[in-house]
Amino acid sequence: MNERKKLLQVKDLQTTFFTDSGAIPAVDHVDFYVREGEILGIVGESGCGKSVTSLSIMQLVPSPPGKITGGEILFEGQDLLKKTEKEMREIRGNDVAMIFQEPMTSLNPLFTIGNQMTEAISLHEKKWSKKQIKERAIEMLKLVGLPRSEEIMKEYPHQLSGGMRQRVMIAMALVCDPKVLIADEPTTALDVTIQAQILKLMRELNERMNTAILLITHDLGVVAETCERVVVMYAGQVIEEAPTDVIFENPCHPYTRGLIQSVPDMREKKDRLYSIPGNVPKPGSIEKGCRFAARCESAFSRCYVESPELYNNSDVHQTRCFLYDEQEGVTTDEQATIEG
Amino acid sequence: MNKPLLKVDGLKKYFPIRKGLMGKTVGHVKAIDNISFHVNEGETLGIVGESGCGKSTTGRTIMRLLEPTEGVVEFEGRDLNSLSTNEIRKVRRDIQMVFQDPYASLNPRHTIGKILEEPLLVHGVSNAKERRKKVVEFLKIVGLSEYHAKRYPHQFSGGQRQRIGIARALMTNPKLIIADEPVSALDVSIQAQVLNLMQDLQEEFNLTYIFIAHDLGVVRHISDRVAVMYLGKIVEITESEELYANPLHPYTQALLSAVPVPDPKYKKEQIIIEGDMPSPANPPSGCSFHTRCPFKMDVCTKVTPVLAEETPGHSVACHLYTEEGNDDIEKKKQLEGSV
Repeated sequence: MNERKKLLQVKDLQTTFFTDSGAIPAVDHVDFYVREGEILGIVGESGCGKSVTSLSIMQLVPSPPGKITGGEILFEGQDLLKKTEKEMREIRGNDVAMIFQEPMTSLNPLFTIGNQMTEAISLHEKKWSKKQIKERAIEMLKLVGLPRSEEIMKEYPHQLSGGMRQRVMIAMALVCDPKVLIADEPTTALDVTIQAQILKLMRELNERMNTAILLITHDLGVVAETCERVVVMYAGQVIEEAPTDVIFENPCHPYTRGLIQSVPDMREKKDRLYSIPGNVPKPGSIEKGCRFAARCESAFSRCYVESPELYNNSDVHQTRCFLYDEQEGVTTDEQATIEG
Repeated sequence: MNKPLLKVDGLKKYFPIRKGLMGKTVGHVKAIDNISFHVNEGETLGIVGESGCGKSTTGRTIMRLLEPTEGVVEFEGRDLNSLSTNEIRKVRRDIQMVFQDPYASLNPRHTIGKILEEPLLVHGVSNAKERRKKVVEFLKIVGLSEYHAKRYPHQFSGGQRQRIGIARALMTNPKLIIADEPVSALDVSIQAQVLNLMQDLQEEFNLTYIFIAHDLGVVRHISDRVAVMYLGKIVEITESEELYANPLHPYTQALLSAVPVPDPKYKKEQIIIEGDMPSPANPPSGCSFHTRCPFKMDVCTKVTPVLAEETPGHSVACHLYTEEGNDDIEKKKQLEGSV
């Protein structure tokens, strides 16, 4: 299973926003990869940099003020950051496609669904006849489970419900058989019953077409149900990465642990919810030490001074926390003996 | 504890659909259609449902922020719908609301001190010193500090703003707080803080809550009893433990199974209902859920099921549990038998 090729590799990515009040590192030395045909989840709370990371991969970060200031984004071994805008346009849609949270704002209200679907296809398949393009569009709408797809071709976005619009977006993203689909909070604006439909659709498409999916979400439930591996982000950094089963069974970073415990569980009632004290720090506001230290129950003196790296818990599990630094084992013991 | 503080009986709110030059009414959006329930003193009633089911309209109609079309809302024995505008304003001292969007519900040009003072002014606390003392007291109660009174809403984070919204609701010592999606705009870690705060305040001030939300996990956590709404009607209402352990209505079952559980090992039988919620302007005949229901029978398309007690304290509006429905099930069995 581990032999699968790494399709998309983000290496040491840095995206900075240059504002009047200074440079804000929204994405700060982020590393992760997506393998062929897998669903990778990126979770985190608002402001953790998960959306900026995905926009950086597509090079859609609004510039100015945003700019990718360092790192590499390797897609099948080629660095996307070195591509020209024209080459990038070929890659978007053909190889890497993206869907967004609010389908209404990503669809043009003035054009019919058919118009927008065929435009997307004709841009990438320049030799196809009109008839071929139309057939392909209808086929894609059917694939994402839209009933009466021929009529929907003639309808406008406002005539569809939120769930149907998101299906259209997925159909449009998949017209050119991309190898990676980036889905940024695809179900956040939808009701639970509709969310369940869309997640099921995404899992099916992943299986049937072997499309790798990078799913960005704040909902741990969605991650548990859909993803194979998870990357947890906090304040612009990756703080933990592991297969989904591992991270829910044995969350190592105190933030991940706190996050999992904060979710009210539908299956059993607790008297009190665990809550992480304090607020999510503004990006760039913490210059020294671990970014979670101020809210962390296990923080010790080193956490306020040095920045932790990602330490290996196992081959597949990494945590950015001094508790898992092998050298630290010695110092904490020493501290304990001194204090004891 | 078991004395009802609020009783809602046959409440309806129809919004007219107007068309044409003369604004002729051509139909109605039945935002809430004949709902009845009660809330006991000191308890939390959760109202869940998807967008467009009428849960927010219910909250607003109880407060008479929206004029009800029909029905009785009895608060401490008085029918709120028969009160004049002046009288209802006095009652609102006892019923306060917390809104979803703490960004939109605080005036950006007023300091927090002024925002919190306002309800006291409206309800006739004339002594300025007393007002200021109370502002500081409540800021501390919701976990903020005295110096925050001089700041403006934009200087606070989402969680802090929601704390301010809660403090504002508490200023007049209300008995009932209607919280309309109070945590859905917040991050998980902040959501937990606000939920805990609301529970603490309930104990401290003996508050009664109507907690309106779409997140079933949150509702289960905070509620004693839960009402499930679909297309303007209550389809099921019971104790929260009972609802989650033993949901009777097919919609409740589907809703519960659709919620993603943060545990990859938890295998559940997922009922995925097809299609979307129909428009409340043109609801289906009979049971409004029949277009998406996996157990649809003939009777469901014709007769509207009434909310009735199935087991003690557990009411459901579904033909699977009515006599008409039973007749239908019998008929079906006979038919199958004869074939």
